Formats: sequence, C-alpha cells, structure tokens
Amino acid sequence: MDSLSSGSLSGVQKEELMDQVKQQIAIANAQELLTKMSEKCFKKCIGKPGTALDSSEQKCIAMCMDRYMDAWNLVSRTYSTRIQRERNNM
Amino acid sequence: MTEKETVDPQLEDFILAETQKQRFQVLVHGLTDTCWETCMGRPSNRLDSKTETCIMNCVERFIDATTFITRRLMNTTKYRSEAPLEFQ
Repeated sequence: MDSLSSGSLSGVQKEELMDQVKQQIAIANAQELLTKMSEKCFKKCIGKPGTALDSSEQKCIAMCMDRYMDAWNLVSRTYSTRIQRERNNM
Repeated sequence: MTEKETVDPQLEDFILAETQKQRFQVLVHGLTDTCWETCMGRPSNRLDSKTETCIMNCVERFIDATTFITRRLMNTTKYRSEAPLEFQ
C-alpha cells in the first residue's frame, strides 16, 4: 500500500493517520456496545411493548445498561488475568 | 520488496499493536454477550456476588472449552489426514 510506504508520510501526517485509526476503532467499539446493550436490555426490560416507554421500563433499561457495563468490565478483567496467567505458564 | 515499498516500521508496529488490542476487545464483546445470557437475572442496583462469580467462571470455562475443542479437533485422525473434511 502506497500510504504505508516509508518516506511518503511526514511525521505529522503519520500522527494524524494513527489518531484517525484510533478514533475509528473507538467508534466501532462504541457501536458494538450500543448494539449489544440495546439487544440485551430490550430483552430484559420490555416484555410487552406498549404505546410508549413507561417510567418503569426506562428505570429498568438504565439499570440494565449500568450492569452490562459492569459485566463488560468484569469479563475484560477476568480475561486479561487469564491471558497473563497462561503467559506465565509458558 | 523494493526499497520504495518498505513498510514504515513505526506504522507497522502501530497497526500490529492496535490489531492485537482490537482482537481482545472483540473477544470481550463476545464473552460478555455469552456470559450475560448465562448468568444474568433481572438487573438490580449492583452486580451481586453470585452473578460476579458466575461471570468469572463463565469466562474461564468458555476459554477452557475452546481450548478443549481445538485440541480434540487437531487430534482427530480424520482432520489430520490429507482428505477433505467430512462431517460424518
């Protein structure tokens, strides 16, 4: 790829490119989280869709989002501890 | 590779590191999905310790199961042979 060739990008351009890549990755991850949360919390909190999102459903969704984040962080921690452990055993 | 096409080492390192990080993130998204389904009851004010333990065990056992499946597939003579895969 031309743009990955050395010498074709200045230091500033390189920094910009790397920032852009990081930003795109962050957006992709946020979208994934949004999709999963919507799916999971809709399933948990809305048994029978009514004519509007009532306050108890909203409360449930808000709580569900927080618990989904807790679960995500716990999974992330558990998984990275596991990787660390396997690396030490090698 | 001609000299002109040499990949910028700084960019290469960056892409490798970001790919690695993203692979981890994708796995965490998937594991959270699976373990949420397995462990989560009705959402409450906080993750109770029972759910926490369940999620941690779920992550560990999922990895164990994946490792087990990988090993078993590799050790099955059928898959080791040159013949194309047949699922029977």
